[in-house]
Amino acid sequence: MRQAYYSLVFLVLLTVSIMGLRGLRSTSAPIEVFPDMDRQAKYKPQAASKFFADGRADRPIPAGTVPHGRTAEADPAFLRADDFRYAGKTSDGSWARGFPSEVNRELLQRGRDRFQIYCLPCHGALGDGNGITRAYNMVVPSYHDDRLRAMAEGEIFNTITHGKNTMFSYADKLSPDERWAVVAYVRALQRAAHGSLADVPPDKRGELK
Amino acid sequence: MSKIFPKSANALPLQIVIFLAIAGGVATAAVTYYSTPKYLRVGYQPVQPVPFEHSLHAGQLGIDCRYCHASVEKSATSSVPAAQTCMNCHSIVKPQSPLLEPVRRSYETGEPVPWVKVHVAPDYVYFNHSVHVNRGVSCVECHGKVNEMTAVWHDKSHSMGFCLDCHRDPANYLREPKDVFNLDSPTLAAQGRLEKAHQNIRDWKIMPPQSCSGCHR
Repeated sequence: MRQAYYSLVFLVLLTVSIMGLRGLRSTSAPIEVFPDMDRQAKYKPQAASKFFADGRADRPIPAGTVPHGRTAEADPAFLRADDFRYAGKTSDGSWARGFPSEVNRELLQRGRDRFQIYCLPCHGALGDGNGITRAYNMVVPSYHDDRLRAMAEGEIFNTITHGKNTMFSYADKLSPDERWAVVAYVRALQRAAHGSLADVPPDKRGELK
Repeated sequence: MSKIFPKSANALPLQIVIFLAIAGGVATAAVTYYSTPKYLRVGYQPVQPVPFEHSLHAGQLGIDCRYCHASVEKSATSSVPAAQTCMNCHSIVKPQSPLLEPVRRSYETGEPVPWVKVHVAPDYVYFNHSVHVNRGVSCVECHGKVNEMTAVWHDKSHSMGFCLDCHRDPANYLREPKDVFNLDSPTLAAQGRLEKAHQNIRDWKIMPPQSCSGCHR
């Protein structure tokens, strides 16, 4: 009988030494107990595919694809026909000034929110070009020089859409309307950097320190 | 008539029953301990094609989660970034690093970097990232402190019980929306503002499904 208990203890020790404890780091993929239901014959986003030659389940949109089943009246985004809103240009092809939608508090807050995710690492919280990438030798212009203060809103929109110099396109991260919100916030940063006491409403001046 | 069995054999049946009970108990404990996601999934830390450090990028440099995982607020999936996202900085920062070779090749050829997925929900689970992060469930609740991990590992079990803990009583797990992507922020409950969490649940009509078809279909 004693031998039976000894072998049980040995078996437990063997199991623990092979299986380890919960939470230990392992580079091998988790064991799935019933893999037939866990892994069904379907594609999930960004998954791999053995069927397509490039190995991707996500299919790129073929060149020349046109959306259908919508109209420009019902959906302004259809075909992106509005050059001002989707390219930042006027009808004669020059950079548009102003905004395609009303600039209000909501738009500026949306712009600040997006700016602080996508622009701040390089341009800095104040738009002065002192983001974290400055420490890694990225050269980023300040928004507050005369050239960028005078730049048309449409050209700033175009820079976000297509990139410029070392800055790449952010069109994959910001929708056209989000880009306009960021442009509005960039304008607010520029305004703030050149603000004076006269810009502060008289009843708020006491809060300044 | 001679004795076939010694007298001590009289105790043997009872001893066998006791031993089998103990052995059965040990086996049950072993299965309970080893056959759940707490053992099977937690700690999975695959070797990635590029040794990307979340602790450097999201932790030390303070880059927002959404800079790379851009679709997390808008879609069910939190997207893995395209190589261009890396190249936004790495065209200038460490442009020759041999470790970044797979990223540069991907950017030039369009072939994806073969990242290894760490958190893989079973195909019968329909999880939606956007509804969670837009209502105050932080990344950290399910993914752990990724901003402190060098190579990401599976930190939470993601078992059904894990989901239901929160779905049955979400108040303890919620943050202010502005804190969702700040993985070091405390929950409202930890700030002693449980009432605010309950108010958000009422105001936004947060009703996490507990029915099967809420997550399985």
